[in-house]
Amino acid sequence: MSAPNSDYDPVEVTPLHPDEVARVAREALEAVAAATTLADLKQARLDHAGDRSPLALANREIGALPPQARKEAGQRIGQARGEVNRAIAARTEELEAVESAAQLAAEAVDVTLPVDREVVGARHPITTIQELVADIFVAMGWEVAEGPEVEAEWLNFDAMNLGPDHPARTMQDTFWVEPAESAQVLRTHTSPVQARSMLTRTPPIYVVCPGRVYRTDEADATHMPVFHQVEGLAIDEGLSMAHLKGTLDHFAQAVYGDGMTTRFRPSYFPFTEPSAEVDLLCYVCHNDPASVGSCRTCGGEGWIEWGGCGVVNPRVLVACGVDPERYSGFAFGMGLDRTVTSRYDIADLRDLWDGDVRFTEPFGVGL
Amino acid sequence: MKVPVEWLRTLVDLPAEVTTEQLADRLTMYDLKLEEIIGGGISGPLTVGRVLAISPEEQKNGKTINWCRVDVGAQNVASVPDAPGDDVASRGIVCGAHNFAVGDLVVVSLPGTFLPELGFEIGSRKTYGHVSDGMICSTKELGLPDDESSAAGILVLAPGSAEPGDSATELLGLADQTLDLEVNPDRAYALSLRGVARDTALAFDLPFSDPVDAVTLPVGEGGYPVRVEDPEGCPVFTTVVVTGIDPTRTAPDWMVRRITQAGMRSISLTVDVSNYVMLELGQPNHCYDRAKVSGDIVVRRATAGETVTTLDDVKRTLTPEDLVIVDDSGIIGLAGVMGGASTEIGPETTDVVVEAAFWDPVTIFRGERRHKLPSEAAKRYERGVDPALTLAGAARVAQLLAELGGGTVEPGAAHVGTVPASVPVTFPVDLPARVSGVDITPAFAQDVYERNGCIVATDGATFTVTPPTWRFDLNDPNDFVEEALRSAGYDTVPSVLPTPTGGRGLSRNQVLRRRVGHVLAGAGLTEVMTLPFVGAADLDRLGLPADDERRRQVILANPLSAEEPGLTPTLLVGLLRAASLNVSRGHDVVEISEIARVFLAAAEPVGAPIYGVDRRPTDAEIAALDAALPHQPQHVGLVLVGERERSGWDGAGRAVAWSDALAVVRRVTQVLHVEVEVRAAQVAPFHPGRCAEIVLADGTVVGHAGELHPAVAAEHGLPGRVGAAEIDLDVLLAASPEVGPKPAFSSFPVAKEDLAFLVADDVAAEALRSTLAGASELIESVRLFDVYTGGQVPEGQRSLAFSLRLRAPDRTLTDADIKSARDAAVQAASAQHSATLR
Repeated sequence: MSAPNSDYDPVEVTPLHPDEVARVAREALEAVAAATTLADLKQARLDHAGDRSPLALANREIGALPPQARKEAGQRIGQARGEVNRAIAARTEELEAVESAAQLAAEAVDVTLPVDREVVGARHPITTIQELVADIFVAMGWEVAEGPEVEAEWLNFDAMNLGPDHPARTMQDTFWVEPAESAQVLRTHTSPVQARSMLTRTPPIYVVCPGRVYRTDEADATHMPVFHQVEGLAIDEGLSMAHLKGTLDHFAQAVYGDGMTTRFRPSYFPFTEPSAEVDLLCYVCHNDPASVGSCRTCGGEGWIEWGGCGVVNPRVLVACGVDPERYSGFAFGMGLDRTVTSRYDIADLRDLWDGDVRFTEPFGVGL
Repeated sequence: MKVPVEWLRTLVDLPAEVTTEQLADRLTMYDLKLEEIIGGGISGPLTVGRVLAISPEEQKNGKTINWCRVDVGAQNVASVPDAPGDDVASRGIVCGAHNFAVGDLVVVSLPGTFLPELGFEIGSRKTYGHVSDGMICSTKELGLPDDESSAAGILVLAPGSAEPGDSATELLGLADQTLDLEVNPDRAYALSLRGVARDTALAFDLPFSDPVDAVTLPVGEGGYPVRVEDPEGCPVFTTVVVTGIDPTRTAPDWMVRRITQAGMRSISLTVDVSNYVMLELGQPNHCYDRAKVSGDIVVRRATAGETVTTLDDVKRTLTPEDLVIVDDSGIIGLAGVMGGASTEIGPETTDVVVEAAFWDPVTIFRGERRHKLPSEAAKRYERGVDPALTLAGAARVAQLLAELGGGTVEPGAAHVGTVPASVPVTFPVDLPARVSGVDITPAFAQDVYERNGCIVATDGATFTVTPPTWRFDLNDPNDFVEEALRSAGYDTVPSVLPTPTGGRGLSRNQVLRRRVGHVLAGAGLTEVMTLPFVGAADLDRLGLPADDERRRQVILANPLSAEEPGLTPTLLVGLLRAASLNVSRGHDVVEISEIARVFLAAAEPVGAPIYGVDRRPTDAEIAALDAALPHQPQHVGLVLVGERERSGWDGAGRAVAWSDALAVVRRVTQVLHVEVEVRAAQVAPFHPGRCAEIVLADGTVVGHAGELHPAVAAEHGLPGRVGAAEIDLDVLLAASPEVGPKPAFSSFPVAKEDLAFLVADDVAAEALRSTLAGASELIESVRLFDVYTGGQVPEGQRSLAFSLRLRAPDRTLTDADIKSARDAAVQAASAQHSATLR
């Protein structure tokens, strides 16, 4: 046996010849570049990078080379195959993007078709305005109190300094519950909730009471036997009319924006002393001399009647168990229905109550 | 209170430059709120004219107009050739009315006259073929109060009351203005010119001389004999007698004008004088024909069943609470409310007994309400008339009657009783400043009180203030705060935001209720508000049986409608009414909800106690108040009509089915984290086979959902199947846990098994589902995905197909695990429901 022949000249193998490798590589690249669909490209890949492709076959020939030639030939083939594979990958990406774009284009729809098959709901503006008011006061640190609508006569009237013979009882046309001995009414104001708050809480008390109230008014465009009020009650040490004014000014600004203010006029309510009517600066014309004359919202007055208010009558405090020597308080109340109708130009109060879905729908779930 | 400005100005020396508007504004800020300014505003040549000739001319439209020649004195033009009659200096005027004749005095608005009632300036214009040089005015066009003459049309003046060419504005007092003031019930004194004048003087910082001081008081005993048997009801009673009145006399124009402007009608001299003094001083009074009174005048309570015929010719039956004035003949008046017919002043009356009294306000208030007899006198008495005024009031009436009626005031007066003493009020001198928040000094406050007629004593730290007899509103320290504040000005109150110590935000129920509201809207429901008044017929229409507890309505004593005397026990009445309205207005899809209270009377209602107000009721007493009230929980209700899912280009719609309302209720219970069970139920107004009751874990039925009974739907005019639900929201919210379910899930792989069973029809799907769910710990969830009948399913059975998700918390399930869980499920279904696997 002889020693291995380690220095004989390399055998010439045609497929591994640099020119031949360059040629098949070029053919492969041209085929890849020529592919215009992913299917074409797949064929090109099989033809030029598959197991039976010239480059793959050439690669198999490397073993036939003497060892010292194998490295160079391997590199040559490897580079060529790498180049072809990269070209295929790049071309695949290009063609995929093109085909995907084409498919997406083909899937285009008419986006103006209606998409209204689900029924859309809405919340009543009276509900949402009560929540709006509650939120304003909660943000100031107040709480929201509630109470029954069929109310004890004592809480609706007596505790509010409206004794059985008080002339002011005739001012409120009250629904009475039968029989007379029941001593119950449909509450004429949310004030009994104030009484309940004082009877069950310990000062300091800061509560707002939104809710349904009742008067014996026949329904027409401007009256309803049922409507909504929000009342507020603050009981603390050292409270005065000035705190009432500050609270109402803040309330007005929170609802109607900066620059809003209120004005007091003297008035009379049995449950407050001193008592005042509170007017709201007209939120449309702001009593601006240039526009107030033609303002329909305030009728040219510059101010809108908003509600009643005052310092809680110490007689009310006594009946509700609050020490009038130590504590004082203020209270206010205003209607919510007219706030909504005046803001949204609703001419007929009955629209709030008919239940026509077209009334509520525009409000969505908030004002 | 209507206050003629001309009259007011005679009582307070208001500077001429103060306009009526300025006066009204100031009084409004002084607690005498202006309702409106009446009168004024007429300008231009409004002139008295005499009709000289009338030519009636029939028009094509069938109407006859009058072409008139009118003499307007200095306003005449030299010649009106085409006017009827002789062509003398005059004006030609076309008039459509007919209630005047040649020679009548009328009011003519000549060109250039502005009448506020019409809102434009009269011009000379061509009409019906003539140039009408002005207009003959009606009562209404002149803005005069309605009376007999206004119905007739044209105002025809009394013959000789004026001359052609006179200013009608002046003649009729049309330039006069009247303030209509809203007098709050506590300011009784302002129901008189005296009171308004005093406040005007105070408001404008002017001196005031009380008109009462100008009255010459009778001296000594006299008048008509009086006996008061009920001094509590009648603390003071005064009579003065006037004799020799000329019954043909009428009240002078100035007086008629004032009382007319004040809103009262001129009747006769005696009545007019009586009303005039009530308006002027605030003392209601009554005049009896002395010739018709026999024996002493006595004041006493009525006996039950006694009757009186009042001045309005109504016979009234009295109660022992009524205070009456009697003479030997019987009752001659209902005290403070109305006089009797038997002693009424007549056309022959020459001698008059003038009565002025102070009555107990509460007695008058009750009597007025009992007899439904509101009167100007009662309105004043019930609020409080100055008790010290009777003598001056009666004397003033007598004096005017004598002066204007040619009579004689008999000397002296019968003056019985004592004026109740005013009660002094003590309070700290800084109270006005503390309560109002305005820098009101003690000196300022004291000055205000004294100028209002109070007597003030002070030790520097406190005031002791005795109010004047006419102030019924100054009883408490805070009343004096208001008195000082209205002088300082309500517009001086500063704006200071209080700083509460910090609240706890919305209550849990308030938060949850909002959540429910949003869920309902999110489920496509539109919230409505409905009136809570319903009657038995409404409940009949729901098909509620007679023994249904919802028949126990809270009934109102004074409902607006006899058909709807009670409060609703169910939201479905209102919701179905609203649904009907929507359908009748052409809406195909009506999906509405409401959150509101319903009202259920107790089986044995009890009255609510009435306590005193001098102390807090005890906790037990407060509980008794609540216990008397009817049950009035907040409910949520919903009604679904039409399509739940609308048809569209991408698919057919889906009509409302029995399950839709239940699905909404399920959503609500889910967001509240309340575990509920659903069971079949038969409850009106639901379809007896398509109603689910919603049951809490403790067995409480919280409401119902399903399909409305087809008959009820038809009764309300609602098409198709109608979904409905009503839930007691209060109970549901109470069941909502403070802390909701904790998230707990396994991250091991899921195994899915679908199982279809054949079961008898009467096996509830939910019963089978929950059996499957409980069959093995490895069963994570069970969801029914198919219900099938017919085909190979035997009669009386149905196929229910469920998909089960199996998972273990701690490992990947093996095939054996899955098989054992599946077998357990099949086994349980078979054992408990005789269900066989298909």
